Amino acid sequence: MGATLAQKIIARAAGRREARVGDIVTCRVDLAMMHDSGGPRRIAPMLQRLGAEVWDPSRVVVVSDHYAPAVDPDSAAILDLTRKWVKNAGVARFHDMQGICHVILPERGYLRPGMFAVGGDSHSPTAGAFACFMFGVGATEMAGVLVTGEIWIKVPETHLVRWRGRLHRGLSAKDMMLALCREMGLGAVGYNVVQYAGEAVRALAMSERMVLANMAAELGAQTALIEPDEVTLAALAEAGVEAPDALDWRGDVDATYANMWEFDAGALAPQVAAPHSPANARSVGEYAGVAIDQAYIGACTGAKLSDLHMAREVLERRKVASSTRLLVAPASTRITAEAAADGTLTALTAAGAILLPTGCGACAGLGAGLLAAKEVCISSTARNFRGRMGAATAEVYLASPYTVAASAIAGRITDPREMLG
Amino acid sequence: MMKDDDCRPRDRALGGRAWVFGDNIDTDTLAPGLYMKRPVEEIAEHCLEAVDPRFAKEVRAGDVVVGGENFGIGSSREQAVAALKHLGVAAIVAKSFAGLFFRNCLNLGLAALTMRDTARIRPGDRVTVDPQTGRVDDLTTGARYAAEPIPPHLAEMIRDGGLLAHLEKKLKAGRA
Repeated sequence: MGATLAQKIIARAAGRREARVGDIVTCRVDLAMMHDSGGPRRIAPMLQRLGAEVWDPSRVVVVSDHYAPAVDPDSAAILDLTRKWVKNAGVARFHDMQGICHVILPERGYLRPGMFAVGGDSHSPTAGAFACFMFGVGATEMAGVLVTGEIWIKVPETHLVRWRGRLHRGLSAKDMMLALCREMGLGAVGYNVVQYAGEAVRALAMSERMVLANMAAELGAQTALIEPDEVTLAALAEAGVEAPDALDWRGDVDATYANMWEFDAGALAPQVAAPHSPANARSVGEYAGVAIDQAYIGACTGAKLSDLHMAREVLERRKVASSTRLLVAPASTRITAEAAADGTLTALTAAGAILLPTGCGACAGLGAGLLAAKEVCISSTARNFRGRMGAATAEVYLASPYTVAASAIAGRITDPREMLG
Repeated sequence: MMKDDDCRPRDRALGGRAWVFGDNIDTDTLAPGLYMKRPVEEIAEHCLEAVDPRFAKEVRAGDVVVGGENFGIGSSREQAVAALKHLGVAAIVAKSFAGLFFRNCLNLGLAALTMRDTARIRPGDRVTVDPQTGRVDDLTTGARYAAEPIPPHLAEMIRDGGLLAHLEKKLKAGRA
């Protein structure tokens, strides 16, 4: 019987010949990532209580992205504590206000196919776009990893999600993902693995594949995986990663999958998820005309360079409606610099977009761009749970950067294809 | 349902009034981002307020949270668990849990039990839960249920009071 990619990575990390579904195994952790919110401020007192040190600082990455930049003394204290802790602990791979952790990892070349990694954040499956088995853990479990270098795992099943066809113009991975939230439902795959495959997935750039992996968290999956191909190899090379075995990290042809799901990218219309769940996704037409107070392009899910490029396509030579505001928070400082160099920032700001600092920001209910009671926002982020972006009565619609930008121009939810010609 | 020869709730059972919630209770509802930089005592004051503003004010030590499908979907934030613990919640019984939240519960020593027929427990019922056997009693209606007990490989950690206490014990014994 063949093994899935997930089983192969887990078997390797557990030092076993095979990892059978349902087995409880202990894995050595190749990479442990944490951020300023769930990281040092929470785990430092735990390590102190245990009288223990970090097992291997060279395998740890710390990113300050949640409370960055500080907006009050509380958030400033969290960032300060984080800086002091990494220095003390000898963690060299520390990124202070340089971007959102899930975007920093591939950008700085920390990911390699076949890695077994944990992250102190629920969107850690993002690394699955690079065929890393990476899943989110809470602070206490992270403290355990930092002390022992190990974590237990129940070997998960893999759901194979195959996308055939090609996306039409004005559509993106975000539309695919919102459609999956509706079609598969939140939690339907259990705490298992979602593996994306098919022609439409192969056609996506790495930054778009990251959206699919990222929002596996919304499906309730433990993590997501995409088998490496020449697109993966090119991205690894660009980030300076040597991974000669990259293409070996794939499932056996006779691997057993829990379920095969099949979808047609060519049949997809832009998707919009209504408050307060990503599973409330419908074709944009169903919500067209809903007036919006704010449009938001941000977060690990929706503010990479490719996302800003999508927004630019719509915004160029247009103006944001006076009845609304468009906020843009690029996902890393490197992305900001690239968007400045290629003219994207000029196009966005000329249209009236307001540039916010890099960081998790309003997506996580932090920083700038929060919503007042009953305000309506359309957002390129991953979650629209009640109260997440501000007041509990605020309403957040999720959509692609194309749709968010088009809605900002119209002041109401709008099909971006109307503006893309 | 369990056998009749095991009909009395055991002494070690935890219990109180049932607080019943629906499907997909998310971590933003349990620990709203707006308060995440504050201490857990303050986060706890806002726990579940978006769906039931009375909860944080009126929940008492020993009470049991009863959930639907996919309880705890969302963030890795452990404060979602810590807030419930701080408020005195003794156990969560739900049809299903988000995996990350489930791990966080056990790591913090909060009993989280999966049970399919939670819909029959009504708000305010007196409920007891035995995490080790998975036995759940609704004392108000007299109904008895069998939830999935804590996974055996985690039993020692739960007995120790969560992951930190467990690690502390192992480190002292020199086998971490």
